Amino acid sequence: MTQTDISYKKSGTDAIIAALMALVVFGPIMGIVLNGYQFKLSFDRVFVIVAIVFVGRFLMSTFFQTHRGKMMAFRYANNDDGVTVLPPNHKSKMVWIIPLVMVIGLLVPFIASKYVLTIVILGLIYVLLGLGLNIVVGLAGLLDLGFVGFYAIGAYGLALGYNHLGLGFWSMLPIAAILAACAGAILGFPVLRMHGDYLAIVTLGFGEIIRLVLTNWQSFTHGPNGITAPAPTLFGLEFKRRSAHGETFHEYFNVPYDSAHKYMFVYLVLFVVVWAVLFIKHRLVKMPIGRAWEALREDEIACRSLGLNHVLVKLSAFMMGAATAGIAGVFFATYQGFINPTSFTFFESALILAIVVLGGMGSTVGVVIAAFCLTVLPELLREVAQYRILLFGILMVVMMIWKPRGLVRITRRGFARKEGVVK
Amino acid sequence: MDIVLQQLVNGLTLGSVYGLIAIGYTMVYGIIGMINFAHGDVYMVSAYLTAIAIALLTFFGVQSFPFILIGTLIFTIIVTGAYGWVIERVAYRPLRNSSRLSVLISAIGMSLILQNYVQLSQGPNQQGVPTLLSGAIRFHVGDGFVQITYLKILILLIAFAGMGVLTYIIQKTKLGRMCRATQQDRKMASILGIDTDKVISSVFVIGSSMAALAGVLVTLDYGSFDFYIGFIMGIKAFTAAVLGGIGSLPGAMLGGIILGLSESLFAGLISSDYKDVFSFSLLVLILIIRPSGLLGKPAVEKV
Repeated sequence: MTQTDISYKKSGTDAIIAALMALVVFGPIMGIVLNGYQFKLSFDRVFVIVAIVFVGRFLMSTFFQTHRGKMMAFRYANNDDGVTVLPPNHKSKMVWIIPLVMVIGLLVPFIASKYVLTIVILGLIYVLLGLGLNIVVGLAGLLDLGFVGFYAIGAYGLALGYNHLGLGFWSMLPIAAILAACAGAILGFPVLRMHGDYLAIVTLGFGEIIRLVLTNWQSFTHGPNGITAPAPTLFGLEFKRRSAHGETFHEYFNVPYDSAHKYMFVYLVLFVVVWAVLFIKHRLVKMPIGRAWEALREDEIACRSLGLNHVLVKLSAFMMGAATAGIAGVFFATYQGFINPTSFTFFESALILAIVVLGGMGSTVGVVIAAFCLTVLPELLREVAQYRILLFGILMVVMMIWKPRGLVRITRRGFARKEGVVK
Repeated sequence: MDIVLQQLVNGLTLGSVYGLIAIGYTMVYGIIGMINFAHGDVYMVSAYLTAIAIALLTFFGVQSFPFILIGTLIFTIIVTGAYGWVIERVAYRPLRNSSRLSVLISAIGMSLILQNYVQLSQGPNQQGVPTLLSGAIRFHVGDGFVQITYLKILILLIAFAGMGVLTYIIQKTKLGRMCRATQQDRKMASILGIDTDKVISSVFVIGSSMAALAGVLVTLDYGSFDFYIGFIMGIKAFTAAVLGGIGSLPGAMLGGIILGLSESLFAGLISSDYKDVFSFSLLVLILIIRPSGLLGKPAVEKV
């Protein structure tokens, strides 16, 4: 253990400067609350936060002067490295976990109450969105801030297809995925050849354009009043108390009517779709196209020199992500039964991004866990719901400084020469 | 005819405000190559600070408009400048050597933090300031008339004065020289003894002060604001910066004015519901057709 000199004087000055800045920054906004053209004073909370900043900065400054702190600071400055490669004979524990999760997942609708079921459905929808964005941001390294636009295309696709064309859930599910992928291609093709930051802003603009058109085109979308979306059907059987077209689910199976039946069915379909997407993603990553996505994320110049068509590779990631979001949108609309443009604001894009950032860019398991944490926890902890966005923001900043690749790192199986092969 | 002229007047004032905010984007992008996503929210904070300053000054019995204006400007610019400094120090400096994606995500996080922090501190309701300067000049054109309020004239004067002072700072002072050197080549500048961290901090402070200037002027003109105004304003100011050529100061001002004029004309002549759609589509189109903007240098990409 090396002994290092700790200058408490330096820590003290750092802390005083930080506290003074905190006073200037937090003082007016937190201390003087506007009330009409008058104001109310509430300086107590300013003193609390300035004290927290003072103590926190003092401790941090002292810690970073110790040997351990210096090593940590060095790690933070150089922690942008790539993928962890596992040893070739590594056995994944997933072999046991996956069937277990599947069985528990299939039992959920029959045990859980309707309220719990609706929350879990919402969680699964965000898993789907997180997986979609993870292909775009995590694997291909393209920052898409308008992801909610594709989600909206899926949701409004179902609602508008039902109201204007008479299409149902099952026909709209593939159509919405194709529609969203087409929108992704139309937006992506001209945009993907440009610089990464510009892509973020263009996609942001695209998401906002979609929302504004949905709000303002009243004759087609019913504007801010929203529009109804159909519930799914089981081979033509509707989940309603009474149906205008033939028998309903509870009449056919001769069970008493329960409004939870619809959610149970949505859950089961969604559960299967999520597993299908997980499987497809899992295989894609190992295929040449998945390797190309990751290679392009790590070094675009090298990839282009090696002859990869960067526009087509990026476009495929963009379209895959968009299609996943479209499917998620269909489920969202059918689960809600009613949608309006306020569900598709920029905040929703930021939430999905927070899921990907927290879960780990490119990591599937991480994204699934993060999606449940970020959507289910706020539902359960209603008291802190108002601090939700603040916490997401802090999470994004802290994660970028602390672990820019997310909590669960991407791992890849290593390869080695087989025993007995002639050298 | 009178509608067109009226919209041109409105567009010019709106455009000068866009230009002021676009300066913050363009300077930061020029010097460290990142989109400061939280800049629009810095503008939003300055709107709140304006209302707080006016409430404080009227509470202490200051009645005359010039004193209120000067007091508000000084207070808002200092505190907003402090916000710029703190944001850079907390969210961007630790990421100086990280990938661009990390910095951008951190900036988005900062933007969410600022919005929610102001909402929690000041309440979610819309806030406002009293009308301090009323009256207008009217010109008769044909059957109708064109009205230019004194406040709009004031906005134009202060906005152009602010841009003039900024141009002087960048072109003539030592700080400006250091900024330009850092913009050209950060590594070389630091080898030659320029404290680039300090220069980057001061660029954030300058950008935030310009956003504060815009915040005071718009708040005095519109009178009401909420914690969400920074988002739309931020994208539009960014559009202005891209339109003029990101990294170029005169480009930011020019882009702001062109955007303000075209948006006002679109709102007046075609549809005011779709004016935001118009601005965002313009942004997408410029980035596709001419990403280097009107006055920017085309970026040379190494392959």
